[in-house]
Amino acid sequence: MDHSPNPSHPEKVYFFGTCVVDLFFPAAGLAGIKLLQAAGLEVIFPQGQSCCGQPAYNSGFLDEARAVAWSQIKLFSKDYPVILPSGSCAGMMKKHYPSLFRGRPEQAEAEDFAARVYELTQFLVDVLDMKFDDLGEPTKVTWHPSCHSMREMGVGDQPKSLLRQLSKVELVELPRERECCGFGGTFSVRQPEVSAAMVTDKIDAIAETGAEMVVSGDCGCLLNIGGALEKAESRAHPKHIAEFLWERTHGRR
Amino acid sequence: MTDARTAILGRLRAAAGKDVPPAEDFTVVSPRGWTAEHRLERLRRMMEAVHTEFLDCRGQDWLGPLRDWLIQEGVPGLIYAPATAIGRRLAAEWSGGVPLISYDKAMAEWKEELFAQSAAGITGTRGGIAETGSLILWTDADQPRSLSLVPPLHIALLDVNSLYDTFWQAMREQKWAAGMPTNLLLISGPSKTADIEQTLAYGVHGPKRLLVILVDQC
Amino acid sequence: MAAAEFRDAATRALADPQLRANFRRAMDGLMTKRAAMFADRDEWTALRSLGAAVRARSLLQLPELLERLEAKLTENGVHVHWAETVDQGNAIFKQILSRHDATRLVKGKSMVSEEIGLNHALEADGIEVIEADLGEYIIQLDHEKPSHIIMPAIHKNKQQIARLFSQKIKDAAYTEDVDRLTGLARQVLRRKFAEADAGVSGVNVAVAETGTLVLVENEGNGRMCTTIPKLHIAVMGLEKVVERLEEVPPVLSLLTRSATAQPITTYVNMITGPRRPGEKDGPEEVHLVILDNGRSRVFADPQLRNTLRCIRCGACMNHCPVYTRVGGHAYPGVYPGPIGKILTPQILGMDVAGDLPHASSLCNACVEVCPVEIPIASLLVRLRGEAIRPEPGAVKGAGSHADPTEAWTWRGWALAYRVPALYRLTTFLLTRFGWALPGRMPLLKEWTSVRSRPRFASQTLHELARREKVSNQ
Repeated sequence: MDHSPNPSHPEKVYFFGTCVVDLFFPAAGLAGIKLLQAAGLEVIFPQGQSCCGQPAYNSGFLDEARAVAWSQIKLFSKDYPVILPSGSCAGMMKKHYPSLFRGRPEQAEAEDFAARVYELTQFLVDVLDMKFDDLGEPTKVTWHPSCHSMREMGVGDQPKSLLRQLSKVELVELPRERECCGFGGTFSVRQPEVSAAMVTDKIDAIAETGAEMVVSGDCGCLLNIGGALEKAESRAHPKHIAEFLWERTHGRR
Repeated sequence: MTDARTAILGRLRAAAGKDVPPAEDFTVVSPRGWTAEHRLERLRRMMEAVHTEFLDCRGQDWLGPLRDWLIQEGVPGLIYAPATAIGRRLAAEWSGGVPLISYDKAMAEWKEELFAQSAAGITGTRGGIAETGSLILWTDADQPRSLSLVPPLHIALLDVNSLYDTFWQAMREQKWAAGMPTNLLLISGPSKTADIEQTLAYGVHGPKRLLVILVDQC
Repeated sequence: MAAAEFRDAATRALADPQLRANFRRAMDGLMTKRAAMFADRDEWTALRSLGAAVRARSLLQLPELLERLEAKLTENGVHVHWAETVDQGNAIFKQILSRHDATRLVKGKSMVSEEIGLNHALEADGIEVIEADLGEYIIQLDHEKPSHIIMPAIHKNKQQIARLFSQKIKDAAYTEDVDRLTGLARQVLRRKFAEADAGVSGVNVAVAETGTLVLVENEGNGRMCTTIPKLHIAVMGLEKVVERLEEVPPVLSLLTRSATAQPITTYVNMITGPRRPGEKDGPEEVHLVILDNGRSRVFADPQLRNTLRCIRCGACMNHCPVYTRVGGHAYPGVYPGPIGKILTPQILGMDVAGDLPHASSLCNACVEVCPVEIPIASLLVRLRGEAIRPEPGAVKGAGSHADPTEAWTWRGWALAYRVPALYRLTTFLLTRFGWALPGRMPLLKEWTSVRSRPRFASQTLHELARREKVSNQ
């Protein structure tokens, strides 16, 4: 792997792992860190980090969300980009932190922080212009774009462009790919029937593609879709794009 | 209910903000700079897509072609508004073949007949809108509202020199805001519905057919 | 409680394959057609900004505009009435109708008339109200409420409508032919238009500058209701006003293209007063009822006020993955889908519909297509907060869902996630002993209905990062 020289290329970046990755998909987080390191960056992972605060925020507990958010902002105080392997948590920090702290003494710092937040694939493509050589076996995958990556972070073709770089990976479009998988955090347990109907339709769509793997950039979706795939004993498996890219370009470690 | 009025406006006033209203940029609804040919082509295409029929009488008098069309379609009678320019010409020059019926009394006096027996009504227009494929109709003492609504066939004369690019352009250039008629209509096709399984069906409550006669001058 | 009502109704709807197929097919079609209508992204962005600016400006000047509208309408000969509540709204209708001895009404599609339960209120007084919009007529025959604000009978397929017509319309033969079904309705309703004592309509936009009521429709029933009877009564929510006539074109363009992917509706009906002397038709009297019903309270909060930008295009529901699966009847109140999730709790009160804002995955599909940029997802989150706030607040019934257990849980969560040592302990315990959580515990039980149990990793990312010597500072 190499990367095009980019003068605006930062030397150091922060990595915010997210709580879902921490507990359920740590390998995806580590792969994200390694991808950034492989691009020649020094990655800083503040050990005090926990969660963006979205669970409390989406439940209407703004004071609690604000307290956790502030504790995170303080840990990422230097002027480095903050990279997240999640469009949803990145969206929380980029879009909602400014409004969460509007009119408060912390406002300026929260806005400065929010401006430095990137979703991983956006950073890999837009800032680093990373190029990959595929070392894996031929496979067929489909891409699940998360709602918040698309609609809050404005992630478009970047993740798919990364997947298309992999010569032995056939990328099949997921029918109704822009439709939510039904996770929605607390939604999945507060409206379990509707959420179940949504994820069932999603795994049916995945089955329709014949893909061996559903790749996504958000572990909330992967937890939901993966759980449903497993319960349905589907042949398709969930995989975070960071882990997928790392495995295909550097082998399993 | 003055009390309700006072209470509602009081609450609204108490809450109204002092923010500066956001600016409005009307460029996107402004004239497109289309040629006359393009305007007509577009209007026709848009309106034909929703089942409007056209009779092109540019460069000729429209009375003869209209009469032929009505006979060919088996239309048994044509209601017209006698005090309009179109009505005056029809009254003076119609050569028969299809009976003319003058809308010269209040609707209430012949509502039953209008609903049960009318076949066609003819109106003028104040121009057309190319972007959306729409006719502009003003109703007033001379041109009743129901003439373009109740008969199953609505025939409208459209002067091709009175086409506008956009709705916004038409209302500004014609200075509608300076004096609106009691009922101003944009009509973009015959009556239609998609309320059953989203399947389009024409002629649900208003006219089943709309014929636009294109003219150079009325 | 509406929360349980929604969940129960949604569960019932999910079990109805016909209903789900009807909605899925309809919403897929609407989404595709709308996307084609706004294929030019620059034009969409510019038009949407203009639409949002028009609505935002209108709300900023709302009290002044309503007064100007009233003055201008009065000058034009239209009688203006104000109703604070649903009951006042219905009482105004009854007064006007009784003065005219009007007992037969035809009504064009109006969601505000649904909101006040007009038909029910008038029928109780022996007044016949006939819904004239084909979709509304269909559901009136079946005693249902609209399942969509633009296409009220979208939940029914033509076989269901064919059966209904053959049972309810005198001498109607069974047919599944859409043209013939439409013809049957035309036949019945034309008589009703001719015989009606009064016509009722809603209002899409009211223009303060000219005192004009603008209505859009395709069928001609709206024109019939506002043209043929001697008396026309229009009803609108107080947010519908704009300042100037020139603000109408962008709003209508956004409305018709977002709603049904039409560049314009067949009819744009602009009413600026009753019949003038010498005119041969048109109503002799026109009335406008301006309804508050909680809107002024919504208006009072600068953030929640954005709810009132809505132009009722229905695009939010057409694109909503929840609505698509459960349909409009699952929602309490008359406005389904995302707009209903923010409007209904504010109008009916959080105590009645406070859990409705949770019937969303916050996927933002509605936000993406809203033609007037209503931040629906942010408002859903705001209302979730209003429901559980410890003390009453701006929103009707705020705090009614406050639950000390839930509050303490989040307080504990915030502490654990704010203090690194506690977070480390929490994640250590979960990764080592999470497997031992009982499968029947709440949340896990719901989760595993269609999913396997989530498996905690054996080590956290924090641990892996330490192992790999990833820099901490």
